[in-house]
Amino acid sequence: MIGFIVRRTLQMIPTILAVVLIIFFIFSVVPGSFLTSLMAEGRNMTNADTLAHLNEQFGLNDPVPVRLWNYVTGLLQFDLGISYRTREPVTSVLAPRLWPSVQLALAAMTFAAVVGIPLGFLAALRPGSLFDGVTMVTAVSGLSVPEFWLGLLLMYVFALQLGWLPSFGYQPGSLRHLILPAIALGVSPMALLARTTRAGVLDVMNADFVRTARAKGVSEPRLVRAHITRNVLVLVLTTMGLQIGSLMGQAIVIEKLFSWPGIGSLLVDSVAARDIPVVQGAVLVIVLWFLIINMLVDLAYALIDPRIKVA
Amino acid sequence: MLTRLSLMAALTLATATSALAQAETPQQGGKFVFMAPYASSITSLDITAPPHTQDEIVASAINRSLYSWNVEEGKPQLELAESVERSEDGKTYTYKLREATFHNGAPFTADDVLYSYNRLADPAKALTGAEKVLGIAGAAEFQAGTADHLSGLRKIDDRTIEITMTDLTDPGWSLMSNFAPIYSKDYPEEQLASQPMGLGPFKLANYIPGARVELERFEDFYEEGKPHLDRLDIMLMGEAAARDVAFRNGEIDASILGPVQYEAYRAEPQLADHILEVAEVYTRNIGFNPNVEAFQDKRVRQAINHAIDKDLIVSRLLKDKAFPAVSWLPVSSPAFDQTAEPYAFDPDRAKELLTEAGYGDGLSFSVTATPNESWGVPIVEAIIPMLARVGVTVTADPVEGSVLSDKILSDNFQAFIWSNSSGPDPLTYLRCFHSATPQSACNYVKFSNPEFDALLDQAGAEADPAAQLELLKQANNLLQEEAPLWFFNYNKAVMAYQPWVHGLKPNAVELAIQDYEDIWIDDSAPASRK
Repeated sequence: MIGFIVRRTLQMIPTILAVVLIIFFIFSVVPGSFLTSLMAEGRNMTNADTLAHLNEQFGLNDPVPVRLWNYVTGLLQFDLGISYRTREPVTSVLAPRLWPSVQLALAAMTFAAVVGIPLGFLAALRPGSLFDGVTMVTAVSGLSVPEFWLGLLLMYVFALQLGWLPSFGYQPGSLRHLILPAIALGVSPMALLARTTRAGVLDVMNADFVRTARAKGVSEPRLVRAHITRNVLVLVLTTMGLQIGSLMGQAIVIEKLFSWPGIGSLLVDSVAARDIPVVQGAVLVIVLWFLIINMLVDLAYALIDPRIKVA
Repeated sequence: MLTRLSLMAALTLATATSALAQAETPQQGGKFVFMAPYASSITSLDITAPPHTQDEIVASAINRSLYSWNVEEGKPQLELAESVERSEDGKTYTYKLREATFHNGAPFTADDVLYSYNRLADPAKALTGAEKVLGIAGAAEFQAGTADHLSGLRKIDDRTIEITMTDLTDPGWSLMSNFAPIYSKDYPEEQLASQPMGLGPFKLANYIPGARVELERFEDFYEEGKPHLDRLDIMLMGEAAARDVAFRNGEIDASILGPVQYEAYRAEPQLADHILEVAEVYTRNIGFNPNVEAFQDKRVRQAINHAIDKDLIVSRLLKDKAFPAVSWLPVSSPAFDQTAEPYAFDPDRAKELLTEAGYGDGLSFSVTATPNESWGVPIVEAIIPMLARVGVTVTADPVEGSVLSDKILSDNFQAFIWSNSSGPDPLTYLRCFHSATPQSACNYVKFSNPEFDALLDQAGAEADPAAQLELLKQANNLLQEEAPLWFFNYNKAVMAYQPWVHGLKPNAVELAIQDYEDIWIDDSAPASRK
């Protein structure tokens, strides 16, 4: 197990390096810079001397290879650099955004799993029924509805019309503020989980070992619990792992809509301001989150299915 | 004429609203929740580093500058000084500082002023707020590295300072800026970004980066009985529809409206009664690059001004959330000429001018534009058919904000559409068209006119404010005649507020920036605000 974790951790390094290089080179060629972003509001007459001093302070006059070398050597010492905008260490800029992002991703995934998996399971147990049809139409709708529109709809219904929940904002420890953004973000993975679970259950139900178990007189509840569920879980877990891994990056629209202070909204702000060190830091966090979640999913396989070995 | 009437009506409305608010007796206590309309989150609580409006909103509650902007009178006023004396040559100002204390209890002294301005001008710190102190004598030498402080600053005693300027410019215009706050010389600089400490009416209670800033009343604020509020929450949200839901749901007390919401709120009586609007000092314009040969001829530039029906665009596309522009300086500028007429919508005259200039067969150019709904691609799309009628072919060159400024500063455009500051200081903002001002500063269209330069030089050297204003009016009128821009509109900023909120002011510099110490809420406010 420990060998597996060490091996997977080492495998992350080339992925991270590749991401760092790609982001670095993209922002070396795209038009616009931190200095021109300062003028974007059209109200700042920052003088040429100050701009020159800024260039010098942030090393923006250095050639691209020098800047890349400085960044990578800093990264190896866990130094993500200094934010151009706030002039604080990037780690200090990222730190307060991390927990809100994790919280939102976990809450959205919890919603998706709690609703999506039972729906998919029940639909598969009654294939072709009205319940199955309604569930699958809902799932397809959930996959296709724009998050932005859904978020506004949730605000309108649950905040403005019913007055049950706040329409926006983040309060540490407040579940009420988390519910609407989590649902808006979780509907799409919920729909995917429902469809995946249904397909998986139908597949397993037609497997030889299920037929054999039924023939041997195993009760339906035990069959579902001990044989079908356990076998479907690997597929469901894989889907959940991929979804939760990508939710942090996908949450950008929802974070902006609900004024949620996550990594995604920080990334958007930093791209607009060409605050490259923060962009790189935010992308690194999102990539690391994805890789770690998927490593945990691989570890979980062994717990669910003894035939799978991670060592 | 209609334009002028609508401008005056708007100003009158704003002034009347403000006056009404002041006539009432303020109540103490409660919380005010303000939502500002910015997509980007608050960058830093140290306002001297990032030059962003959203940061200024918070800074204006926490900090104080030597001067402040008097919204009612439309001019700078002393803030941290009780009195000022001007020398005979008009360049040296001696200030008697007021008694005040910082949030940590430290007394405010002359040393804090010297520290703050020297810190701003220090080239090693590369602070964007430096431009606010560049008029102080010795700034150029400090910036160039040949001096280690501003020689124009002198401490006379703990409560008296002397500031020498390089010219006759009133220092109030630049030193009133929120980007030039007075910090405590003893407070750790590295803490300013997340734990600011100033002289303002509110001190920091809680900061959740990306979400909100919670401020609480500073008991030892130097103005007796102020602030009225116990707490002030400031949040940002770029999405207008979401702000609308939050406002209607009573979660926020004031919100800046976009064009769609403005139209909707005006149609609802219970909301229409609580709208504050003002002509802000932003001029939306299309700038013509003289690298395009046709734009070197002022008749072409004038023809474009005649060919576009800006009133139609303002009413249909912007839902009247803008004032059609007359010239560069906005209506709220002291140098705005009330008798000046805007370019009339006259396609026939436009055709005549184009023919006279040798472009009777037409011309074409592209306009670099962001997606902004009020001064971006949608506006370019609206003018395309209007200009086509006079034989001018326009294409849109869509870009994002930082690319727009990048293309302009690198002279890589034919024309651009932008929203630029045009006040409140008329001299500073007219200097954007002085031939000595580089394109990288703010002379984006490389305007060069000896007559205009002479008027500005005269104004800069004029000690009599009334005479200076007259020269600036002439310069602004000349700019209109020369038409280096298509003068589109002045932003009409609109704020909706809840019925229990009082003391908001029609701040033409930036409506989202309020005198928070004057805001109060009455008994009809919900329990969550008490």
